[in-house]
Amino acid sequence: MIQRSVIMSIAKTHLLSKLKQTIIAALGVTFGIGSYITLVSFMTGLNNMLDDLILNQTPHIHIYNEIQPSKQQPVDIYEALSGSLNMVRSIKPKQTQKKIHNAQPLIDLLEKDPRVRGALPQVKTQIFYIAGPIDLGGNLTGVNILQEAELSNLGDYIVEGSPQDLENTANAIILGSGVAEKMSLEIGERVQVNTVQGELFPLKVVGIYQSGISDIDNIQSYTNLKTAQKILGQPENYITDINVKLYDTDDAVGLAKKIEEQYGLRAVDVQTANAQFETGNTVRNLISYSVSVTLLLVAGFGIYNILNMLIYEKMNDIAILKATGFTGRDVQWVFMSQALIIGIIGGVTGLLVGYLLSVVISNTPFETEALPTIETYPVNFDPWFYIIGISFAIVATFLAGYLPSKRAKKIDPVRIINRL
Amino acid sequence: MENILEARNINKHFKKPVLFHVLKDISFSVKEGEFASIMGKSGCGKSTLLYVLSTMDTDYEGQLFLHGELVSGQPADKLAYIRNKHIGFVFQFHYLLAEFTVLENVMLPARKLAERSYEEIEQKAMEKLQILGIDKLALKKASQISGGEKQRVAIARALINDPVIIMGDEPTGNLDSHNSENVFNIFRELSDEQGLSLLIVTHDQDFADKTDRIIQMEDGRILA
Ligand SMILES: Nc1ncnc2c1ncn2[C@@H]1O[C@H](COP(=O)(O)OP(=O)(O)OP(=O)(O)O)[C@@H](O)[C@H]1O
Ligand SMILES: [Mg+2]
Repeated sequence: MIQRSVIMSIAKTHLLSKLKQTIIAALGVTFGIGSYITLVSFMTGLNNMLDDLILNQTPHIHIYNEIQPSKQQPVDIYEALSGSLNMVRSIKPKQTQKKIHNAQPLIDLLEKDPRVRGALPQVKTQIFYIAGPIDLGGNLTGVNILQEAELSNLGDYIVEGSPQDLENTANAIILGSGVAEKMSLEIGERVQVNTVQGELFPLKVVGIYQSGISDIDNIQSYTNLKTAQKILGQPENYITDINVKLYDTDDAVGLAKKIEEQYGLRAVDVQTANAQFETGNTVRNLISYSVSVTLLLVAGFGIYNILNMLIYEKMNDIAILKATGFTGRDVQWVFMSQALIIGIIGGVTGLLVGYLLSVVISNTPFETEALPTIETYPVNFDPWFYIIGISFAIVATFLAGYLPSKRAKKIDPVRIINRL
Repeated sequence: MENILEARNINKHFKKPVLFHVLKDISFSVKEGEFASIMGKSGCGKSTLLYVLSTMDTDYEGQLFLHGELVSGQPADKLAYIRNKHIGFVFQFHYLLAEFTVLENVMLPARKLAERSYEEIEQKAMEKLQILGIDKLALKKASQISGGEKQRVAIARALINDPVIIMGDEPTGNLDSHNSENVFNIFRELSDEQGLSLLIVTHDQDFADKTDRIIQMEDGRILA
């Protein structure tokens, strides 16, 4: 049976008698937990922002028709030559259409799949932008702009104008910010696009698009699906790409594989497309966790030290307590409680410090041309970090207190009393 | 009269630094209400015997009975309980918890026993301090009172759980004759009026002469 109140009052008195060391040990924990919270909130905030920036702009599955040489050349099929070693050098792909055959039935089929949030048809083409004497190479993508705005975050990156403007205006274009700048184009002005086939087509600028990645913003523009088809002189079933959004990105690999096998199309899943990007995230997380663990380890040693010192100084108290009927376990708990008090007080102030720092960071202006949607530094206020932080503090102090308190438990009162 | 404490054929060896037979076949008993003293030359094993009798030292052969119940071989937690409830111990040096008040020091064993509420324990501790004439010191820190006062606080603490026996290892060894006499009178009263048994190690012949019985020790043996 453990009398908690008397043990706690002994622990408290011991800590108060060594107030300075207690505060220093608790500050060690505060420092460890505070920096863990700050680091991990900031790092994951950054990660999420970069996720939004790059990952969310790439579809979960991107389906297109890749131009590649036929795997089977006529000579391979010719029966008379089967069995012999046929070599064909310098194979070139056939001039095929980029068009996805039977795109609409495929989209309908995908939309019915319960894993799929939406399948977005696109027409991608290379064009030249012409305004006055300047012409610039670039990409024009025809999209169902309202559907895109709903399912992807394309809308977030339209910094001037709106998806509605594109939808409601005939022969309109949303220009990449780099393109607009280079050609000094503003909303309401006109730009001509020149297709590879040589057609010239005037479009009205209704919006500016800025992804934050200048390589994209310098070439990319968006128009309506129908407008793109019209520019290319193609019918309404002309679709070059299908972007699939899923409910769960983990389904991407399997589904992409199935599409490739069944339809003979290229289907690239998001995991494959962004493998390097994920590595970056992992490394950032690794850094924040290893820094925090190191700090906590230091804090743990601080607690270990102060307890060892306390036990050494309180040898007499331990002997008296044992002589007057306190059990070894009682004495162990006296010191464990001290470790836990330090851990909890230090941990809670650490959470507070971490939270306050996070708030300060999240209110610090962070304005950059490259990131139009971001105004302050991104911080992730996930409550899980706080739960992990306090559990971490308690576990670390528990471990740091365990060995010294075990020693206190084993102290033989007779030896201490005899020594005087 | 009933035996409160009984030792039967107790032997103890120290193995380090060399094998040393420190307690040799010790058998004796202390009766209810008896005030006994132990005398003997320095190094004859008085303190060692007292640690065995108080259940703090379990490394011995032989049997120890408290209230007719065998204590030897009981698990450590049970022994701690026996010390807590039935035995009061007063050391030669005033062993108090320095950062606690006098009152808190006296209350600690009772709070461990947890048979009474905090308020009851507090009241009882005040009564004991009153008996020993130091109730005015109750709220002082234990480190801020004199040696004689500390010794009386230690006695009050030994009394808090109404033990059946009080053991003391030279409890007056550090006190002047006045304080020493004072402590003796307190013991005498406890024995006469409350029927408490006492077993006190002392070097003070005058002190011993006034007790009911003197147990003489020599070289780890009790002389008849
Ligand atoms: N832990 C120990 N290890 C080895 N020998 C010890 C130990 N403790 C005591 N002794 C020896 O045992 C003998 C008895 O010691 P004890 O402390 O019981 O003597 P004492 O009768 O109380 O003496 P004093 O009157 O000086 O207090 C002494 O010779 C002492 O040196
Ligand atoms: Mg001695």
